[in-house]
Amino acid sequence: MSQNTCRTAAGGRIDRSRLVNFTFDGKAFTGHVGDTLASALLANGVHLVGRSFKYHRPRGLLAAGVEEPNALVAVVRDTARRTPNLRATQVELYEGLVAESQNRWPSLQFDVGAVNDLLSPLFPAGFYYKTFMWPRKAWHQVFEPVVREAAGLGKPPTEPDPDTYAQRFAHCDVLVVGAGPAGIAAALAASAKGASVLLCDEQPEFGGSLLDEPNAQVNDHPAAEWLKASLATLRGRANVTLLSRTTCFGYFAHNMLSLNERLTEHQATPMTGVPRERLWQVRAKEVVLATGAIERPLVFPGNDRPGVMLASAARTFLNRYGVKVGSRVVLVAGCDAAYLAAFELRAAGVKIERIADIRPAPGEAVHAAALSAGIAVSTGVTVLGTFGWLRVTGITLAHLADDGSVQDRETLDCDAVLMSGGYTPTVHLFSQSRGKLRFDEAQQVFVPGNSVERERSAGACCGTDGLRATLEEGSQAGTSAAEAAGKAGSAEGYHVQLLEGSMVGTPGVLPQPGNIPPSKAFVDFQNDVTSKDLALAMREGFESVEHIKRYTTNGMATDQGKTSNMNSLGFVSAEKGVALPKAGLTTFRMPYTPITFGIFAGYDRGDLFDPVRPTPTHAWAVANGAVFEDVGLWKRSRYFPRAGENMHAAVDRECLAVRNSVGLFDASTLGKIEVVGPDAATFLNRLYVNNFNTLAEGKCRYGILTREDGFVYDDGVIARLAEDRFHVTTTTGGAPRVLHMMEDYLQTEWPDLQVWLTSTTEQWSVIAVQGPKAREVIAPLVNGLDVSNAALPHMSMVRGMLGDIPMLLMRVSFTGELGYEINVPAGHGQRAWEMVWAAGLAYGMTPYGTETMHVLRAEKGYVIVGQETDGTVTPDDAGLGWAVAKSKPDFVGKRSLARPALVAKGRKQLVGLLTAEPKTVLEEGAQIAAVPEQPVPMKLIGHVTSSYHSAVLGRSIALALVADGRALMGQTVYIPMPGGAIAAQVVAPVFYDTEGAKLHV
Amino acid sequence: MLVIHCPYCGPRPELEFRHCGQAHIARPLDPSAQTADEWGEYLYLRENPKGMHAERWRHMHGCGRFFNALRDTTTDFFVTTYKCGEPRPAVSGTAPAGGQR
Amino acid sequence: MSEWFAKSAAQAALTDVPEGRRWVLRGGDAALAAAGAAFGASLPAQAGGVARVAGTPRAALWLGPDEIWLGTSMDDGAALEAALQTGLAAHAHSLVDISHRNVALELSGTHAAWLLNSLCPLELTLEAFPVDTVTRTLFSKAEIVLWRTGEHSFQIVLGRSFRGYVSGLLAEVSRELAAA
Repeated sequence: MSQNTCRTAAGGRIDRSRLVNFTFDGKAFTGHVGDTLASALLANGVHLVGRSFKYHRPRGLLAAGVEEPNALVAVVRDTARRTPNLRATQVELYEGLVAESQNRWPSLQFDVGAVNDLLSPLFPAGFYYKTFMWPRKAWHQVFEPVVREAAGLGKPPTEPDPDTYAQRFAHCDVLVVGAGPAGIAAALAASAKGASVLLCDEQPEFGGSLLDEPNAQVNDHPAAEWLKASLATLRGRANVTLLSRTTCFGYFAHNMLSLNERLTEHQATPMTGVPRERLWQVRAKEVVLATGAIERPLVFPGNDRPGVMLASAARTFLNRYGVKVGSRVVLVAGCDAAYLAAFELRAAGVKIERIADIRPAPGEAVHAAALSAGIAVSTGVTVLGTFGWLRVTGITLAHLADDGSVQDRETLDCDAVLMSGGYTPTVHLFSQSRGKLRFDEAQQVFVPGNSVERERSAGACCGTDGLRATLEEGSQAGTSAAEAAGKAGSAEGYHVQLLEGSMVGTPGVLPQPGNIPPSKAFVDFQNDVTSKDLALAMREGFESVEHIKRYTTNGMATDQGKTSNMNSLGFVSAEKGVALPKAGLTTFRMPYTPITFGIFAGYDRGDLFDPVRPTPTHAWAVANGAVFEDVGLWKRSRYFPRAGENMHAAVDRECLAVRNSVGLFDASTLGKIEVVGPDAATFLNRLYVNNFNTLAEGKCRYGILTREDGFVYDDGVIARLAEDRFHVTTTTGGAPRVLHMMEDYLQTEWPDLQVWLTSTTEQWSVIAVQGPKAREVIAPLVNGLDVSNAALPHMSMVRGMLGDIPMLLMRVSFTGELGYEINVPAGHGQRAWEMVWAAGLAYGMTPYGTETMHVLRAEKGYVIVGQETDGTVTPDDAGLGWAVAKSKPDFVGKRSLARPALVAKGRKQLVGLLTAEPKTVLEEGAQIAAVPEQPVPMKLIGHVTSSYHSAVLGRSIALALVADGRALMGQTVYIPMPGGAIAAQVVAPVFYDTEGAKLHV
Repeated sequence: MLVIHCPYCGPRPELEFRHCGQAHIARPLDPSAQTADEWGEYLYLRENPKGMHAERWRHMHGCGRFFNALRDTTTDFFVTTYKCGEPRPAVSGTAPAGGQR
Repeated sequence: MSEWFAKSAAQAALTDVPEGRRWVLRGGDAALAAAGAAFGASLPAQAGGVARVAGTPRAALWLGPDEIWLGTSMDDGAALEAALQTGLAAHAHSLVDISHRNVALELSGTHAAWLLNSLCPLELTLEAFPVDTVTRTLFSKAEIVLWRTGEHSFQIVLGRSFRGYVSGLLAEVSRELAAA
């Protein structure tokens, strides 16, 4: 396609036979299969790809890989699939790709925000801290909204994400991170004798830097052939898993590493049913880090103009994608390796205007090669500036004399400037593993030092220079990792033919006339931090590199300073006149690259977000129109509305049915624990406040459990099934924690007791039949069992059969009415329920839900743990002092109940409240005052814990915790509300059938 | 996510475990004989050492057993785990790099 | 497509295990020994162990040092229960019927372990988790008992109210296999 004006005639790893159409900011372009968005744009001569964060300066591609700070784009499939902040260098081109630039308005070429660039003297380091201090209110009303609108990177999608995300745990002997030469050699060696190996790489194609080396020979074969054969070998091994497009982004304790695999991002039409991305959590016996190195930019004025880029990027674009980044190129070199870019571009027909080496003495080999190729080389130069706005058009070079004066100033025309300050080993993951970094004086970089985890680094990420050394180090690392994992490995030697240059340079800022830090010399491209900002921060007293980082935001952008950290350190150490490692080092944290929220959510969404626990009668409740509520993870029927009823009407009707006839309630969610063994009674006696020695077989008792601190923890009815067997019920939400507490005491305090615990919560379906007609309903169903008041009085239990279903029948009541709880094996729950339902129809039996249950128990003053109690309420506070067996020498919490604070006057006590206006229903949680009109802050004496409309009483009722409440009976208190204080009378917390006569009929 | 050595089940993922506070705090045999201060100390006062710490853990979603562990709070790593009732092992200094494997 | 899948044809199936009888037996060593005699095989003493009685549907699963699950078919249930009660009469113990507490799912196929490892953190290779290994563990937010019954088959025993959650997650994960 003629548009690809910057494409070479041949070469690269793209498929030149297949065109791909895409748009960037609405403009149509073409590229090839195998292109990235970045390479395809460059092939079309587009360098301008973004605007900078703070100054809105035009920006081009700096890099070709993961470290790219400028070219952040949004890729848009539809309104729900809009992915912001992708690096164009990592976006694989697909047919129809739609990409947009970011951080510009109204267009990339004309950005209103660029006025910030003219105002940049007003945006120094610490700008946010200094500018918005006054007036205080203006921050929220003026500054923040404006700043928020202008700032930020990209826009999120506006609709829910329709894609799916997967998660996976995996184990392997050896995890190799990075599939460049070191990683592939490591995987080959580790897997040769049987270690299970997982090899991952963030790129679509394995090979790493080898993909940029067209002239290398490995073991007498072109590198590409060696790579192809090696990957075929690995694919052929059953013990090897290869994961491309997979970024290892986190290194956690005990060799747990997190991987982000992108499965469909590169597909024009994502495959149906395949997750978009996957989170891998890999537990590796041994880890090989082969994460390579990242080239450092040079810091000089105008180093951010579109067309100024890393030398390694130019090589990648040329060798992998067949793209020439310019036609007239100046290379500013800070290390020998950079020269290869000039050689290869020249071979591709690009004019190299100059190699400007900032060092007085370049390496001899590359220097000689440059001269013999006819390329002009200047040494010991600095860069005074560049020209051009939307694309670089020239560069000014000079020598600086010892006194800082300028000599030999010259300006060269060019359309691309390549730069290289040397390479920084990618030690992010090693650092995340809490390994200690070591500063290598010779190379002026941090390299892995002492390991904490079972890992080793190989290749450029530990500062190793040269392909042969990299391959052999990788092979050694793979072997030693396999051996450490208990498997044999087999290291190989390699021989390599290649003109190579050292990757060693010096971090820092290029010297400028008068040694004044220039203002437009960018250290951190993504956060727009210049060397001048760093100098200002230091002048203002920020000494620690951690403080300088936060004050200037250097290294705090989404690229986490991949290209800026070392230059920042180099500058700070030079300014302070200390050795670089003395300047300190900021910490690398996960994630290595930005990660979507989707992979952390994974399968936890929609109906599967949390377990939804249905009760055994769930299907019946659905069929009968129940409205459900979530109680913990349980789905419980809240009420059963009839046509036209709201909740209030339905609950009134259900309440009256229970009070006047009979109701049916699913209580299956109650926690149940079977406590069995010769010491069962002793055990419960030590735990609960009540006395269980005196509980006879076949009898039930309401038990209260306090924690050791004396506060109510749980409650429930406990039935003695046999001498050595108790059926303990707990609150719905409390079942797991009560069992945990019981096991704790049993295992750690009283291991001598012969008693064992088994959760039976889900073994039993519990059908509560409540109301004056309850006995008449169940009597015909129980095969002649005597359920009379005499034979089965309140708080007793009996085994029997409900039809053909075995049951545990308990005469208990949480409503204040005659009541039975029929326990049947859960698999028979719905059938048993339907039997009772059919028998109850003649009595107008009404199903009721948790809302009605709450009203009925509140009418009787029965507390709900967690509603009337909040972890600071003693049994006596809750009006349950009668249950405490004070004669027992000890039980959990007893000693605490005698602590001064727990017996002091003024404790909040449970009382009832009747509003002066009977129709007024108080708000639960509302505060209570003794005096209605008070200045704020008011003196408050308690709060409302439960409040309902009572149908049977025809008025509102409430329970409350009030300081010394039992001494306030008959007095009026006030509930201050926005509409004015509500008066209420303090009464006993039992509103209905105060003598309890209805329980014993 | 750490690997924790359950004394009954061997090395297992941390997800299955639950931390249960400081170890070796025995409930007084006769709480009623405790002064208010002694009882308050039993209830509420816990150590927060820098370095080796004896903790209670439970293999909640495994065998269900409580056990004790020595962990180095400066590195997060476990040094050893042992059954309830066994004395605290004598371990001096800090945890080896990577802790118990 | 991930290369992970290219290795074998993807397949897995999830079915309900027919109802049976199941008890939790807890007690001291003497009780467990006596129960083994009544059961017909020594109860497993090693973590994760499974004991079967050859030619019967009986299986004993080690869930903790003093917690053994005993299971058998509906038909054999009454006989086993009676034998256990007789055999254990002289020993302090706890035997609790949990036949209705849990339900069991059978996950089988070449990708059974792969499906489980989506949300279960255990290593499930045959070396690390051989046939007839059992343990309590987690599958996402649900506690499960995982019993490897064959190279490519697992029983997942779980609280009956968690059945929809766990089978729903497995179905969701397996969509990827269907697409492969």
